[in-house]
Amino acid sequence: MTERVGVYVCHCGSNIAGQVDVEDLAKWAGEELEGVVVARDYKFMCSSLGQELIEEDIKNEGLTRVVVGACSPHLHEKTFRRACSNAGLNPYLCQMASLREQVSWVTTDKDLANTKARALISGAVHRVQLQEELEATEVPVNPNTLVVGAGIAGIQASLELADAGYQVYLVEREPSIGGHMAQFDKTFPTLDCAACILTPRMSDVGQHPNINLLSYSEVEEVSGYVGNFHARLRKKARYINEEDCTGCGICIEKCPKKVIDDIFEAGMGYRKAVYRPFPQAVPKFPVIDTENCIYFERGTCKACEKFCPTDAIDFEQKDTFLDIDVGNIILATGYDLFDARKIPQYGYGRLANVFTNLEFERLCNAAGPTEGKIVMRDGVTQPESVAIVHCVGSRDVRFNTHCSAVCCMAAMKFGHLVMEKTGAEVYSFYIDLRPNQKGYEEFYNRLLEEGMHFIRGRVAEVTDAARQPGEEGKLIVQAEDTLLGMQRRIPVDMVILMSGLESRSDAHDVAVKFGISCSMAGWFTERHPKLAPVATMTDGIFIAGTCQGPKDIPASVSQGAAASASVQAMITCGTVEIEPIVATIHEENCSGCRICNNLCPFNAIDFNEEKMVSVINQALCKGCGTCVAACPAQAISGAHFSNEQIFSEIEGLLFDVVSGNGSKAAEPAKDSVPA
Amino acid sequence: MRYGYYPGCSLGSTAAPYDVSTKAIAKPLGLELEEIHDWNCCGATEYFSIQKTAAYALVARNLALAADQDGLKQLTAPCSACYLNLRKTDHYMGKYPKIGERTNEALAAGGLSYQPGSLEIRHLLDIVVNDVGLESIAEKVTNPLKGLRLAPYYGCLIVRPTLGDEPVDNPEYPTHLDELLDALGATVVDFPLKAHCCGGHMTQISSDTAYELIRRLLQNAADYEADAIVTICPMCQLNLDAYQSQVNGHFGTSFDLPVLYFTQMIGLALGMQPKELGIGKEIVSASKVLKKIGVETEEAEAKPERKKRDDKSLPMPKV
Amino acid sequence: MDHSPRKIFAMIDAGMKEEVLKSNTPWYCVSCYYCMVRCPKEIPITDFMYTLKNLAVEAKYYDSSDAPDFSESFIGYVEKYGRSFEMGLATRYHLTHKPLSKFSYGPFALGMLMKNRISLRPERIENIDQLRAILDKAKSLEVV
Repeated sequence: MTERVGVYVCHCGSNIAGQVDVEDLAKWAGEELEGVVVARDYKFMCSSLGQELIEEDIKNEGLTRVVVGACSPHLHEKTFRRACSNAGLNPYLCQMASLREQVSWVTTDKDLANTKARALISGAVHRVQLQEELEATEVPVNPNTLVVGAGIAGIQASLELADAGYQVYLVEREPSIGGHMAQFDKTFPTLDCAACILTPRMSDVGQHPNINLLSYSEVEEVSGYVGNFHARLRKKARYINEEDCTGCGICIEKCPKKVIDDIFEAGMGYRKAVYRPFPQAVPKFPVIDTENCIYFERGTCKACEKFCPTDAIDFEQKDTFLDIDVGNIILATGYDLFDARKIPQYGYGRLANVFTNLEFERLCNAAGPTEGKIVMRDGVTQPESVAIVHCVGSRDVRFNTHCSAVCCMAAMKFGHLVMEKTGAEVYSFYIDLRPNQKGYEEFYNRLLEEGMHFIRGRVAEVTDAARQPGEEGKLIVQAEDTLLGMQRRIPVDMVILMSGLESRSDAHDVAVKFGISCSMAGWFTERHPKLAPVATMTDGIFIAGTCQGPKDIPASVSQGAAASASVQAMITCGTVEIEPIVATIHEENCSGCRICNNLCPFNAIDFNEEKMVSVINQALCKGCGTCVAACPAQAISGAHFSNEQIFSEIEGLLFDVVSGNGSKAAEPAKDSVPA
Repeated sequence: MRYGYYPGCSLGSTAAPYDVSTKAIAKPLGLELEEIHDWNCCGATEYFSIQKTAAYALVARNLALAADQDGLKQLTAPCSACYLNLRKTDHYMGKYPKIGERTNEALAAGGLSYQPGSLEIRHLLDIVVNDVGLESIAEKVTNPLKGLRLAPYYGCLIVRPTLGDEPVDNPEYPTHLDELLDALGATVVDFPLKAHCCGGHMTQISSDTAYELIRRLLQNAADYEADAIVTICPMCQLNLDAYQSQVNGHFGTSFDLPVLYFTQMIGLALGMQPKELGIGKEIVSASKVLKKIGVETEEAEAKPERKKRDDKSLPMPKV
Repeated sequence: MDHSPRKIFAMIDAGMKEEVLKSNTPWYCVSCYYCMVRCPKEIPITDFMYTLKNLAVEAKYYDSSDAPDFSESFIGYVEKYGRSFEMGLATRYHLTHKPLSKFSYGPFALGMLMKNRISLRPERIENIDQLRAILDKAKSLEVV
């Protein structure tokens, strides 16, 4: 039976029509191509009117197949498929030919463009007549969600999901939730105390009946597909029994081993071998750091065990595992700071009074190593002059090309705090200032009025080698003041380096573990940078916060909320559609060689030991065709991409090819098996 | 190991002690240095200022001669400026095909050609520290330079620019010379301006500028109580040594810092006589400094390891 | 240095050719390459300075700097002998550039002579003809 094909050629304004003679193309298709009963051209096929054209023709002309020559299927395949199904035609009986991205936008010669356009339409027309009706499958969506990372973005996402009534597993690698925000003193531009606005949320998370908080834990393994993920979580041993511990802190008091706290205190302060990262930690349970604990080193001490009133210390505790089933996953794993030691001319690590931004936050913080007093490295002297160096490790081809988005505002915040607490002179050396959100420019104005000095010029070096009188004993910051047009050397007591934001050091490994992609720099890749910033190309996995790219707290919170909204939409819907363009293994032809198992980029092929054949999990399958091509027994067929369909398309593409003896490309016999 | 040896013009005259001391220590260190036959001047910074293609061709003649000389693969230069010109020409001929083509076309007029990348070009300090090795040198030391406070001065062209991917030593804070002097038993004075420029030929162009650059270096080394400055480049040695009295006159300072070559220090530590190493030809005499070698000085009381109870100081970042 | 390197780039961008080539900035460049190692855009600034010098010499803008003359004198000796000749260079250059102000170099020159660190005669390489042929060809290929 011959099909009745409708061909629609879109002008796309002048995008396609400017290069391709669309009217002629439609006319040619109608006259020359077999099976075509209707051929039209139209200005904008994707418009409602354009879609209605298709729907009307299906009903009135009895079309059984539709070909649309327009833009890329990435954009409007869904639109035209929906138009078909609205009119009662199976959506998989529609084919698009990309006349814009593949022809008019990339071919400069008009004749070549027109020939290629004809080839693509011809190919599509040939192919579509062999396409088959397919039905999408629906899988249920597990209403639980896994949120990885309990910084502000992860906390926001978890609370929104939990408040909506859904169960959340919140996994955090550190002993307490809170992330980097818990380390800060004040937040810009309101100068809210970071802990004051964060700890209520942390407390909510700790108390929420719908949030299963797994702190000091990591995700070991993830498998599954959207709506149906299985994850194995490792709860690292705290060596403290959470059921018995009251959080009194006597163990911490009595512990004799003091070590430098590299993580929470950014190396500026000390903690004990058994510790809580900060006083408002959630959960309240301390953790024993086995690398520094005397008992784990030598077998002696055990002071914590001796003094614990509830006998909660358990040196024999082991890591435990928890297997969970969730429907969606939100990754909110945060950022790492650029290592300022990579820029030796700024003196970090060599000159005593050079600090990074995170170290300075700890200095300012009232719960920090100096109880909020801004002092120099000797722990006692207040600085009388402070220099702030912008763009350390950011906007630099040699380290990170990106701008870290928050440092300009943080530098202003530091300037304000220094002037408020010490009355010192503050010099901020910048390349460009980026106060670009609500209230930020006003904050900059405030600082100008408060007398902060802004010098437009990138710092060349920070040195203690005095050259002129007045420089002895100081740190000299040298930069070209570009607004003045001269080099300046400013002697100061203390230098703060605004180290940039980088992706976490293990970001690439995490991306592989969850099956999402990340950029070369380690930022997780969003589905679309403008229109889908929290979704990823892997259905069911979302990203939020700085793991997607440098951003400030309001943006991280927004992304956390956005990810939770996307998840809630899936949960409320209850099921999710799986595209039917998948591969199927024909058991009777499968020899059990398993070549396909390791080739599948989506880990969708398993091996059935009993039957000794491979089996495709169609929910995971993305229809890429790798296994179809690789199977030596030709036992796998790919829906919507059968051999017949592909050969037919090729034959259509070669519509004008004439061989040496004048014969045109022959039509292959319908039942022939390829070599 | 066999190395092509490119001494450079200054080693025949103003920096003769460098050449003498290099050849003196080559044998004990096991370095086979083969002088490039009929090498010509590298052009310093002068040729590039006037005519680039001719400048590249001038340097490339040496590369072509070295590459053709009996299968040499490594070329070493004791002078930082020669070292830079050689490696920059080799690198740019490879990186920018037009430069490579034009230079080879010029070389062809003299019957020569050079394939960029055929030679590995290394500074003398590099082969001493990395090929001979610090351990091997330390074993051969019979006269450790105890009691000498030496300021290692690198200058610029040995560590900058970074061509290719990995620099041999850190371009801002190099450490190879520091490590070498430490292996020789001296007290290394790590002064912050150790990789700052000595001014190069500025002494001839604008003496005010040059003297200020030299003064800064001498002042910094003196502030850190160095007994002597150790250099790895003839231009730096000339500027710091021969112009020291001019600097003193110009600024009213009274610097008295001898400036020696690292090869001379190695020779001394290996037990050689100063005369064998060309010591005695420096303008600021090194004799009183040499007397300090082996003399035990009163060490300042070692600082206590444990922190005092009321010490509030914050920990330094780990390096 | 009358214009900082950043200003020179801005002036080039603004098309101020004469001012740029008359600037003494490139001649003050000591080729320490700090700029190239620190530039966040990896711009080859020192190489630019050399090119600006080439262009300034070609356009015959010498301004007040003695540097081009020094370089030309240096090159003269290299092309004649294949090696540099400091004694000749110093005498020729200083005698033709404010000789009276150069008396302060006296002690320096004397010191060098006494320590036998100055050659009084130039050294010539064997294949000087080969070198000259190469250099002549190179000059004919010069693009600047």
